[in-house]
Amino acid sequence: MIAHPSTVPVAPRPCGPFKTHRQDAWWGENVFSLVTFALFTVYTIWAVLQNTHYEWGPYLSPFYSPHLTAMFPETFNWVKFSPAFLVIWMPLGFRATCYFCRRVYHRAVFNDPASCAVELPKPINYTGEKAFPFVLLNMHRYFLYLALVLVVFHWSHVWQATQFEDGFHVGLGTLVITLDALFLTLYVFSCHSLRHLIGGRLNHFSKSGCSQAKHTLWSVVSKLNEHHGKYFWISLFAVWAADAYVRLVAMGCLSDFRLF
Amino acid sequence: MTQAHFIVQRGQAEGEQTMVDYTVDVGAGMVVLDAIHQIQATQAPDLAVRWNCKAAKCGSCSAEVNGKPALMCKTRLDDLDLTKPVEVRPMKTFPQLKDLVTDVGWNYEINKLIKPFKPTNENTDEWVVMQEDIERAREFRKCIECFMCQNACHVLRNHDKKDLTHREALFAGPRFMIRLAGLEMHPMDGEDRMRFVKDEANVGYCNITKCCTEVCPEEIKITDNAIIPLKERVIDRFYDPIAMLLGTLTGRK
Ligand code: SF4
Ligand code: SF4
Ligand code: FES
Ligand code: FES
Repeated sequence: MIAHPSTVPVAPRPCGPFKTHRQDAWWGENVFSLVTFALFTVYTIWAVLQNTHYEWGPYLSPFYSPHLTAMFPETFNWVKFSPAFLVIWMPLGFRATCYFCRRVYHRAVFNDPASCAVELPKPINYTGEKAFPFVLLNMHRYFLYLALVLVVFHWSHVWQATQFEDGFHVGLGTLVITLDALFLTLYVFSCHSLRHLIGGRLNHFSKSGCSQAKHTLWSVVSKLNEHHGKYFWISLFAVWAADAYVRLVAMGCLSDFRLF
Repeated sequence: MTQAHFIVQRGQAEGEQTMVDYTVDVGAGMVVLDAIHQIQATQAPDLAVRWNCKAAKCGSCSAEVNGKPALMCKTRLDDLDLTKPVEVRPMKTFPQLKDLVTDVGWNYEINKLIKPFKPTNENTDEWVVMQEDIERAREFRKCIECFMCQNACHVLRNHDKKDLTHREALFAGPRFMIRLAGLEMHPMDGEDRMRFVKDEANVGYCNITKCCTEVCPEEIKITDNAIIPLKERVIDRFYDPIAMLLGTLTGRK
């Protein structure tokens, strides 16, 4: 039995700033991003301003890496503020210009678009990444070069974190710092700009032995690149956990658990 | 037999739009297009819908199901919550002709602006194209021109960058970014389209929010594999002073 068709009014758009006919929970992802970004920002500002409890034994918080004031005390004797300020702009700039991060904040923070097939809260004169300020994101590759240096430092901290006063040992802190270095490495080596620079910019991969080698490198980075977003989040939580762990141990709230 | 409600947008260009509620008999394995066909056959012979293959291969039946861009023939009813009415609307970004049919002609105008493949070596007998040289472009050739990515992209959908007379404020859209990327990455292509990509196709309008990738029925990684590589090539040529200097010194374009 087929019922007679009836005309209903054009479905009223849901109230609130986001006009969409979508019925699913498209905003869930944005809530996660906003909450994580907000907590991370507040924590980072607080941790960087602390200027204390960032080292314990062989452990160094990644927020303070590389520890320039300890490496070059003479050169940096003018630094009266937290040494984290000397270095923290590098990872933050790298993340802020990252292609994946751009997706996250253009959606969650600027609502442009908040999600697919969701209207803008109010019309704007859109220039995207063609004009200031977002055209500056094009310098992401320069932050990539710095991030590659940071990767070396983070692994050197892993080695350092095994050098206790009484010799070579591995504590829980060593593991936390290793996870930070590992996920930072995966995050950096899955970068879109790296994927381009390492080989993606070529058209003719089979041309010579050198371009074939670049094709191999490009293929490896491309494989990692598929998971770039995942690595972005995991490495964010890993660096956060590493700072929190070192801080808690240094403050005496927690005692380091030695594995061997 | 179970029944479900389908609320379909009906109307013609410039005319009044109504949402009409139809009751449909639901059977196993049905897709949204089947439901629309049933409505056409039994209740509304004048309901306009464009389709050809019912196999997600011709790219004709693009629409918006419950507010999400989707191919009607690829959207299974058992993936939808049939306790609520299913809403079907035409694509928002392109002008509606009648009911679910939209005029996607603008896309063909954009296509004409793109300089076609220009072989570096006319003698095709001498061509040796290795797998690794062509595998990137192969992904882009899967495109069925359903224009759902164009419909979902907020630059066209919300910001309406479709004015063909103002090239500096035009956005070619994701479907044509993959065409451009495929041509630019081709080892045997001798054309240079990078200035076009930057100043007329305006790849800079894309802000990597990936709605195109999210809706593509062929699962082409449009943003990661075409748009970002094009952006990086634009940076090499027009933004990165070191790459520009190296390019000049080595004579690389
Ligand atoms: S990623 Fe770019 S092209 Fe794709 S939908 Fe978003 S803005 Fe449009
Ligand atoms: S790229 Fe995908 S979504 Fe866009 S037109 Fe082609 S098949 Fe459709
Ligand atoms: S693209 Fe995310 S780090 Fe480079
Ligand atoms: S009818 Fe061909 S894609 Fe749906």
